[in-house]
Amino acid sequence: MEHKNWNGFKMGKWQDEINVRDFIQTNYKEYTGNDAFLEKATDRTNELMKKVQALFTLERQFGGVLDIDTATVSSLTSFSPGYIDKDNEIIVGMQTNRPLKRGVNPFGGMRMVRQACDAYGYKLSPKVEEEFRFRTTHNDGVFRAYTDEMRQARKCHVITGLPDAYGRGRIIGDYRRVALYGIDRLIEEKRKDKAALKNGCFDTEHIRLDEELYQQIAFLGYMKEMAMSYGFDISQPAGNAKEAIQWTYFGYLAAIKEQNGAAMSLGRVSTFFDIYIERDIQNGTLTEQAAQELIDDFVIKLRIARHLRTPEYNELFGGDPMWITEAVGGMGEDGRTLVTKNSFRILNTLYTLGSSPEPNLTVLWSTKLPEGFKKFCAKVSVDTDSIQYENDDLMRPIYGDDYAIACCVSAMKVGKQMQFFGARCNLAKLLLIAINGGYDTTSKMHIGPQMPVLSGESLGYDEVVERFDIYLKWLANLYVNTMNIIHYMHDKYAYEKSQMALHDTDVERLMAFGIAGLSVVADSFSAIKYADVRPVKDEEGFICDFETVGDFPKFGNDDDRVDLIAKELTHKTICELRKTPTYRQAIHTLSVLTITSNVMYGKNTGATPDGRKAGAAFAPGANPMHNREENGALASLNSIAKISYDDCRDGISNTFSITPQALGRTDGERVDNLVAILDGYFAKMAHHINVNVLRRETLMEAYENPEAYPNLTIRVSGYAVNFHKLSREQQREVISRTFHEAM
Amino acid sequence: MGNPVKGKINSIQTMGTLDGPGVRFVAFMQGCNLRCGCCHNPETWPMDGGEEYSAAELAKLAERYRTYFGNDGGVTLSGGEPLLQAEFAAEFFLECHKLGINTCIDTSGSIISDEVLALLGHTDRVLLDIKYTTDEKYREFVGCGMDKPLEFLEVLEKRGIPVTLRQVIIPGLNDDAGNIKILRQIVAEHSCIDKVELLPFKKLCSVKYEKQGLDFRFKNISEPTPEKMAELQKLLDEE
Repeated sequence: MEHKNWNGFKMGKWQDEINVRDFIQTNYKEYTGNDAFLEKATDRTNELMKKVQALFTLERQFGGVLDIDTATVSSLTSFSPGYIDKDNEIIVGMQTNRPLKRGVNPFGGMRMVRQACDAYGYKLSPKVEEEFRFRTTHNDGVFRAYTDEMRQARKCHVITGLPDAYGRGRIIGDYRRVALYGIDRLIEEKRKDKAALKNGCFDTEHIRLDEELYQQIAFLGYMKEMAMSYGFDISQPAGNAKEAIQWTYFGYLAAIKEQNGAAMSLGRVSTFFDIYIERDIQNGTLTEQAAQELIDDFVIKLRIARHLRTPEYNELFGGDPMWITEAVGGMGEDGRTLVTKNSFRILNTLYTLGSSPEPNLTVLWSTKLPEGFKKFCAKVSVDTDSIQYENDDLMRPIYGDDYAIACCVSAMKVGKQMQFFGARCNLAKLLLIAINGGYDTTSKMHIGPQMPVLSGESLGYDEVVERFDIYLKWLANLYVNTMNIIHYMHDKYAYEKSQMALHDTDVERLMAFGIAGLSVVADSFSAIKYADVRPVKDEEGFICDFETVGDFPKFGNDDDRVDLIAKELTHKTICELRKTPTYRQAIHTLSVLTITSNVMYGKNTGATPDGRKAGAAFAPGANPMHNREENGALASLNSIAKISYDDCRDGISNTFSITPQALGRTDGERVDNLVAILDGYFAKMAHHINVNVLRRETLMEAYENPEAYPNLTIRVSGYAVNFHKLSREQQREVISRTFHEAM
Repeated sequence: MGNPVKGKINSIQTMGTLDGPGVRFVAFMQGCNLRCGCCHNPETWPMDGGEEYSAAELAKLAERYRTYFGNDGGVTLSGGEPLLQAEFAAEFFLECHKLGINTCIDTSGSIISDEVLALLGHTDRVLLDIKYTTDEKYREFVGCGMDKPLEFLEVLEKRGIPVTLRQVIIPGLNDDAGNIKILRQIVAEHSCIDKVELLPFKKLCSVKYEKQGLDFRFKNISEPTPEKMAELQKLLDEE
């Protein structure tokens, strides 16, 4: 197939089938130089950004939400076009008709929308209430099917953060397809897929897919309509760089208008855009400065994306994140790097527009990346604390070279895999429930198999392990079944029509489970094994505290005695999960990631045998517990690197904070040393690292005086936030974390 | 061979970026023959204490961090005074070299012995502290004559071992142009010196003195200002 807008591109099979990867591989130009070619922001960009900053200030002054349209249900075509400054925008499109105004999206659940409106002083319009009176939401469906035990597990917080009241997110549409093929071609291909179904057996699966394809096709049509309202006809392929970015953005915009999932990630667009930019530069229709301006304007749009959330939601996922994750860099399967000049340009937005948590820029690191790019990334980290790194050498053999990251650490092949998001279970609480024979001392609830409370002066290691395994088996089964209900209902009542239209019809599904409290449980087991842990009982005879006598190895010191306990815990967990089949034959995966919920999880968990007090925060993700690292930063990295990605295919999150002084004496040394640390960590086949290079004092100043630090960005667990947007409790937890300092 | 000699190690910093080039595994050795007023590791002074390691054990530990060393990093023995345990240090460096790991010592250079000379045979770089540039101050604030480090430097020069010359700048004691002038002269006379680092005196260590019930001799001296450091650096760098 041919199209005039493809003139100048190398031909390939991408023309005859939907195959963006093939287009990229056939046409991209790797860039192995340094950052010297980059341009600064134009005056236009600076002016526009000033307006955006003013809006951010206003939003902050309004308590975090600038405005809510309580009467219009968010969808692709429900809002008239919106602009920041119509005449001066290059890339256009907004979720609602005004910047930072949030729409309501009750498809996932009505209760959350109502509560969110209330929390910010609004009231959901009776019109919307009426419209949804006779509609079943995802949330309604889930709670019709939940068993008593599932409700209990949720209530006592042993499984929390489940996407049962709003959109599940974590799905990445291949938004590039809109630009490369145009909507008409995508509709045509989907029609073919739908027609081909006639030869199959019309069982449940088949009928469901048939209806889903109908919806996908309908929403591709709405996408066109939405773009048309902004004056663009996206039925045909994009003809130049500006159109490629605009078309792709319309695809993404459709997704965030339709869905309010926790993580609405972007995918891997930078190198794709570079092909169009290079073509325009060759044609003499684009300059470097104009190319940066295009990317800047695109990123401004991403920075003003918002969803309406409740305060309870913010406790789990602090900082109002969207997880507009863009995977940058990486290597190709043929050994060429996928780094292009545009990989630099998108990172450069942290300078042209200032540091920012969104989009969630994620560098796919390989020890083979060009030195110039490595150094630029390290420099950006030292200067802005706004990027994270994930191991391309670890993921490429599994996902190929056209995968992206959803949310923080969830890898998936773009347009070929999707994920059923499943939050996390609290392993530390599970340990306490196990020791108490099926009783949770925090919620005062009996849950799970009922057994005697462990007896004896001291806890015996083998006995506790045996007990824990019984409860892990119980929880794993309950967890998978709970997830099955959630995702059945989400498909039924809040199916992602726009995003799935931008996937292959025959999509592979992953079901992502998670654990919180890994280092707490590992250290607790270590204490039971190597020290003397004496349980303290309450009046009713339940164990509510521990006296731990003697020293024990602690996770984070590169000590196999405890590190292998942590590794074994993750292995056991995924093995138990795999024993229960999943909805739609999804592949079970596991993450060690908490987002900011480590604070909330800790709050709901009693004292643990490692000496952690009742209610004290867990460490985030796979991090060692705060201030238990005694041998310096690399020992801590080595401990985390031991957790196997084979067990934790949904990611192993590590947040690393270091003072500038501890990274080297000069800027040049700091950059070189950070590159060496990243190379070293990933050579150990570790999965992920958030890098913060900052002083604790800066955070303390920002805590006391938030107005003075409106743009202070820090990496938390798999994403970045504006420090001021965290709750006071979350801020205190971040401050209390281990900072690797110069001795 | 008899029992391998054990090294006494006070502490380990797995991510050292301040003691030698690149990212380094730094072992702070127990015991020091000097009592420098500006010392920020007084816990390493006593000869007794620390944890014992064989050279092979310590090398095995260091090897766990090899992937982080890149082209420039490696191991550094600091202290304390690593030259006091030269026999152990030599064995450790030999083990490191077998593993292809770069070796570095951070020393005051006040001891020369057969063991020290043997150690230098396995040393890729020396971070040599020249505390002051007058014999008088050396005797008053360090506890040895200035001839010692200078003699040590001659050995390094003869052997062609790369040297990073370091000096902690202490207001009132060596933050003057005269001191920098002599430093420059030392650098000019020794081709083995390829880098000079002026480090600001820090008082973060005063808590360590308190904890050990030791008197921090320089407790009343203030830290040098960044401006002062820049000024001295400029004097040092001038053509």
